[in-house]
Amino acid sequence: MDRQENYRKWQVSRRRLLKLAGVAGVAAVAAPLLPTLLTKIGGASAESDGTGKKASRRQWAMVIDLRKCEGCVTKDQAPQCIEGCNKEHFVPQGQEWIRVFEMEGAGGHSYFLPRPCMQCENPPCVKVCPVGATYRTQEGIVLVNHERCIGCRMCMAACPYGVRVFNWDQPENPPGATFASYSPEFPIPHRRGTVEKCMLCAHRVKDGKIPACAEACPMYAIYLGDLTEDVATNGKEVVKLSRFLADTNAFRLKEELGTRPRVWYIPGHGQESGHTVDAEHQPIKTARSWQEMEATDKKASAEDHGGH
Amino acid sequence: MEPGAEQRLEEVALRPLTHTSRGWYLWLGLLLLLTGGGFWAYSTQLQRGLAATGMRDTVVWGLYISNFVFFSGVSMAGTFVSAILRITGAEWRRPLTRVAELTTVSALLMTALMPAVDMGRPDRLLNLLKYGRLESPLIWDILVIPTYLTASAIYLYLFLIPDAAVLRDRLKGKASWLRQRLYSMVAVGWHGRPEQRRRLEIGGGVMMLLVIPIGVATHSVVSWIFGMTYRAGWNSTIFAPYFAVGALYSGMAMLITIMIVFRRVYHLEEYFTEKHFRYLSYMLVAFGVIYLYFSIAEYLTVSYKLEGGEKLLLTELFFGRYSYLVWPGFLLGQILPLLVALRWARALPILFTLTILVNAGMWIKRYIIVVPTLANPLMPYEWGVYTPTWVELAITAASFGGFALIITLFAKLFPIISVWEMTEGAEIAAAKEEPGSAAARPATLAAQSGGHGND
Repeated sequence: MDRQENYRKWQVSRRRLLKLAGVAGVAAVAAPLLPTLLTKIGGASAESDGTGKKASRRQWAMVIDLRKCEGCVTKDQAPQCIEGCNKEHFVPQGQEWIRVFEMEGAGGHSYFLPRPCMQCENPPCVKVCPVGATYRTQEGIVLVNHERCIGCRMCMAACPYGVRVFNWDQPENPPGATFASYSPEFPIPHRRGTVEKCMLCAHRVKDGKIPACAEACPMYAIYLGDLTEDVATNGKEVVKLSRFLADTNAFRLKEELGTRPRVWYIPGHGQESGHTVDAEHQPIKTARSWQEMEATDKKASAEDHGGH
Repeated sequence: MEPGAEQRLEEVALRPLTHTSRGWYLWLGLLLLLTGGGFWAYSTQLQRGLAATGMRDTVVWGLYISNFVFFSGVSMAGTFVSAILRITGAEWRRPLTRVAELTTVSALLMTALMPAVDMGRPDRLLNLLKYGRLESPLIWDILVIPTYLTASAIYLYLFLIPDAAVLRDRLKGKASWLRQRLYSMVAVGWHGRPEQRRRLEIGGGVMMLLVIPIGVATHSVVSWIFGMTYRAGWNSTIFAPYFAVGALYSGMAMLITIMIVFRRVYHLEEYFTEKHFRYLSYMLVAFGVIYLYFSIAEYLTVSYKLEGGEKLLLTELFFGRYSYLVWPGFLLGQILPLLVALRWARALPILFTLTILVNAGMWIKRYIIVVPTLANPLMPYEWGVYTPTWVELAITAASFGGFALIITLFAKLFPIISVWEMTEGAEIAAAKEEPGSAAARPATLAAQSGGHGND
């Protein structure tokens, strides 16, 4: 009786063992996938730096004060944020990494909305990239590795904000670009057949500078923020970020999609820069490319020299 | 099969392999011209980059991706129909399985080609293997399409082995040395021994069960390239079954078209009979009606709610800049072809026209799924414009040419009717009839048509 019992137990345990082996086998295959899956589900947990402890990293954000932005129409200029960006990144002809839209507001009046990359916390573009060429850094910036991008443009189809642009043709590069050491944080030289986008001036913010668009804005409408330290600055004033957003009823674009953008907007129509609702309608001017700007700069400096 | 029928079948089925008409060379020349033009166009695109196409930042995909979806659709019916009919033991399938499977393989090759042509950096194709990420819907495609292609090719090949053996034996000393080598290689020593038959049955059985889920997966995954985005017109939960049914509809029409062509050119009147076209037409109507149902489900729900982007899109589709495509595509490609349920519309010239219309409509449908959704502005900017360039048109023409070319060449090397399956069918029928003898003869002849007051 005992023996039989034992035997039965042994039998069961053998079956269990086999089962266990099976489960282990499946686990061994699935294990490498698990961390990716978990981070996907966890979303924000991707922000830990892999050393185990929670790093006190910067978490970059942007605030655009629409009360100050008037599309540079009252200054009779093209939007300076675009031109600043074009100059900083030698943005290829025909592209605008930050765009300024004239939006239809309540009561039929218009307001202006500069649109950089939203640096989403749940970026649809990063999800769909087949080769991991576009990725989100631990500091919350979505970058493109132009040395890996295969040019399938799936990310462009996925981005709900129409942020991404493509080098359909061979883009013109600044002199010396061939010898520049490429990094996704400062993507020079530009390459044909790859996707380009605003990258929150990753190369500048890490040196403690605000992005080129923010620096170029004559109205100081663009703030660079850090969610970790809860501060933001437009280069003139420093504000407590969370307080600033709450005070001003800041909103985000297409919030209902769940992309969790890192760019907040403060509602307004340029009133702080003297753009009134009754003002005569003036269209936004077309920004110059970096080549045009260089040419005019040269001409201006030549004239300066001539005058002396 | 009456006495001599078997011999006649072999004669009819094998004749095109040994006799080549001048018309065939003309046709081949045309197809080579088309595909050659495609290569020329692609070399231009390689030099100039995607700037050689009409695609730009708003409309980032165009003809290539439309063709990709279209050919993946065409590929569906062949293997699916052949597998379903084999599994259910439908005897009438026998003459048409090979055409069906061939259509699938050929269409899938074009499907696989299109995204590669669409790449901005074709030189980095291998990055897909080096850095492939399972989260990306594109990687799902890259996994499933080669799987489907391989499975369909194996499926086509397995049931080809006995016929290759027939060719090996019949054409011994008659065909060129190269051809004889080919047939004996393809036949892999087949002599119809019971053990060999048993193995073929097992292998074929496994494959026919496999190709159905793989086929469904293919169309689901193709749809998810679109369905996984937020865009109006793509942001839909029913996209996977919608695409799968559309694929069945489109592929079934393509199968009928190709069968009508082969029937005429290769004189297969005795084998592709009224009955086959009737049954296939019924299936076409069934798929067409289901597709219509899905279309209504898709468009009614969004047009009822009229969400921002959806409203913009629907307005442009039905009343705006795409209405000249949408309405003809819908009326001529989705409604009119349902006529094949009626007997008179199955007269071959009409049936041929209607099935061509189905695929013209389905191609348009693919185009209006891809392009208008991308052109629809996500922010308050202008509608995107897209005008395909000659490079894209030439490559599109080449993809159709290539599709036809593969079928043409295959049909020159192997019988387009599965000879051994027909013979086997006749044996089964004969065995059944043995006791009663003179009862009505089975499937093979056109004579069998009366008594089906279906229309």
